[in-house]
Amino acid sequence: MGKDNHELKANQVTPKNGSEILIDALIEAGVTTLFGYPGGAVLPIFDALFLRKEHFNQVLARHEQGSIHAAEGYARISGKPGVVIATSGPGATNLVTGIVDAMMDSLPLVVFTGQVTQNVIGTDAFQEADIMGITTPITKHNYQVRKIEDLPRIVKEAFHIATTGRPGPVLIDIPKDIAANPCADAYDSSFDLPGYQPKVNPNPLQINKLKEALSSARKPVILAGAGIKFAGASEELIQFAEKHQIPVVTTLQGLGAFPGEHELSLGMGGMHGTYASNTALYNTDLLINIGSRFDDRLTGNLEHFAPTAIIAHIDIDPAEIGKNINTHIPIVSDAKNALIEINKHIDETPDYTEWLDEVNQNKQDYPLWYNQPEEGNMIGQYVIEQVYQASEGKAIVTTDVGQHQMWTAQFYKFSQPNRFVSSGGLGTMGFGFPAAIGAQIAAPDDLVIAIVGDGGFQMTLQEMSILQERNLPVKIVIVNNEALGMVRQWQQAFYSERYSESIFSIQPDFVKLAEAYQIKGAKLATKEEFDQQLPGLLAHDGPVLIDARVLQQENVYPMIPPGQGLHEMIGVKP
Amino acid sequence: MKRIITAKVRNRSGVLNRITGLLQKRQFNIESISVGRTEQEGISRITFVVDVDDFPKAEQIIKQLNKQIDVLKVVDITDKAIVARELALIKITSNAQMRTEIQGIIDPFRATVIDVSKDTISVQVTGDSEKVEALIELLKPYGIKDLARTGITAFLRGQQPQANQDQEPFSLLN
Repeated sequence: MGKDNHELKANQVTPKNGSEILIDALIEAGVTTLFGYPGGAVLPIFDALFLRKEHFNQVLARHEQGSIHAAEGYARISGKPGVVIATSGPGATNLVTGIVDAMMDSLPLVVFTGQVTQNVIGTDAFQEADIMGITTPITKHNYQVRKIEDLPRIVKEAFHIATTGRPGPVLIDIPKDIAANPCADAYDSSFDLPGYQPKVNPNPLQINKLKEALSSARKPVILAGAGIKFAGASEELIQFAEKHQIPVVTTLQGLGAFPGEHELSLGMGGMHGTYASNTALYNTDLLINIGSRFDDRLTGNLEHFAPTAIIAHIDIDPAEIGKNINTHIPIVSDAKNALIEINKHIDETPDYTEWLDEVNQNKQDYPLWYNQPEEGNMIGQYVIEQVYQASEGKAIVTTDVGQHQMWTAQFYKFSQPNRFVSSGGLGTMGFGFPAAIGAQIAAPDDLVIAIVGDGGFQMTLQEMSILQERNLPVKIVIVNNEALGMVRQWQQAFYSERYSESIFSIQPDFVKLAEAYQIKGAKLATKEEFDQQLPGLLAHDGPVLIDARVLQQENVYPMIPPGQGLHEMIGVKP
Repeated sequence: MKRIITAKVRNRSGVLNRITGLLQKRQFNIESISVGRTEQEGISRITFVVDVDDFPKAEQIIKQLNKQIDVLKVVDITDKAIVARELALIKITSNAQMRTEIQGIIDPFRATVIDVSKDTISVQVTGDSEKVEALIELLKPYGIKDLARTGITAFLRGQQPQANQDQEPFSLLN
């Protein structure tokens, strides 16, 4: 940790105030983009930002939830921490969904909230909320600044904590007096965190155990999770899988960590995963989980998850190992470091051809499928597949949660890491569109497509203002079935078709709505219209909203029904 | 099963809230918790007694606690050679005549009388939880008016017997 002493110079007329010190610290941390929304308690901070605006690209969302989801998309694509600033009280509480979302999906965020001045904290002052109490269980760490001179150290610590080990959100609560008052004392940003020393290198003994397990295995499977993306370990993973000819299942957040079209790829596993993936996870005798947390949507009923397998688990977070699944070979490490060691030390493995033939047979016999509706009608899966074709599989794609998300995971074959931005753990409606804004800011030259549902889009659509303001060329594709599709699907399957509040009786005219923000809009209701217009709309050099009308009754298949095991999939064939 | 877990933590604001919050979030039941300063400035020791179903659960608690930035070290000391004590203050209904009788009960427990009023007597006892429980049971018939317990605080004995190392508890940490 660099030691930077900022002694007050004798000739300095006015010492810097907390806000100016904060801006210095942000610049030092390499922050270039800020997702901020002003308000009373952060007036001094925004004033300081105004005076030094040349340093930052400031993105003004129209709701703090939009700010933080944009910061999440930015973090996922840029690999840098997303930085958010909101005011006290409602500004801060509007961030809560995004903070949990980032916590669940391990996204590095540094969140600044304003707070009422210290002398009224605890008096239920105007716009006071106990954001420390609220965010303690949903942050990797949080701070309230009590002394101005602590600010540089806290900011430095926060960026360090957010971006190292298992990434996550860190919140810094800044009382208004801290931001406004001059700092009379000298300050120093060096820090020491004896309780936070993430273990990033694997234990050689455990690598050896894995080597032994591989030499006696007959049916190994690799499960590739988001940890591979955070570690930038895709190449090492491909090398490992190819060298030993081991099939690879990806998790939702792992999509792209291993190329979806690779011959060893079985596709996504889990509730709406492929038959080949789930059968492989069920029958495997050695499961090598790299950077996934055995989420319940992946495992299904734990009793039937890899019931006869030796479990090896590589994770940088030791608390994930053994949390859901009893683990035989625990490897606490960064995924890249672990794979480098594995590739270095594991050479000879048995011939797994027989097993590979078996999983490939499943892959061939039970591909993902969907119905072909009549008379030019569209369904969600078709929309995604066309978007995949038209964008040549190269776009950055963001989603909300629900049917369109699962169809995207199934039919958009991601070939590179960090192309897919989705709310996995928390399953947040309204995430996809603002996340696309952050992704586009992080990758200005890439095609960014927000695939959203008509329900989720209506939760954060006000952020179209940002597209208008910056002419950001985000392409919004609304998979519009005039319903909360996944809710409707479950009501159909498990609640005797009682569609309680899941079908929208009215909807806005999305095209007119887009036009209100001076965004090009197109309603595409038939296959012909869609096929004809999609390439042109995706190639348009500004933002576009596509209202893709799909049939309401279509469901996501295959599926592991809730409470069932991997081997109990339904809808594996037409 | 009951596990005694100790954690050394940095005295930063919110650390206790973070720890009890995480135990609640993951539905771990705390039987008792005691906190106090240690010999090192800025470092506190927390002793938890938790009731868990199995070893993997206990392992989870330790890992989740360890994950917190301000937590320095967490140890499950249940199966080690330890000194574990708690203090209880017990106020009993008692008139002058009964005091001697009560004195006779508390003496073998090396408990002391710390306050006397016209119709009550207050007793202080320290020891392991079983001893404290036993004394409370004996005093119940006299009518306990007030009871305050600190919960266990504990640490390792200066010397650990060799045999204990063979029965290293379940651990996934490598």
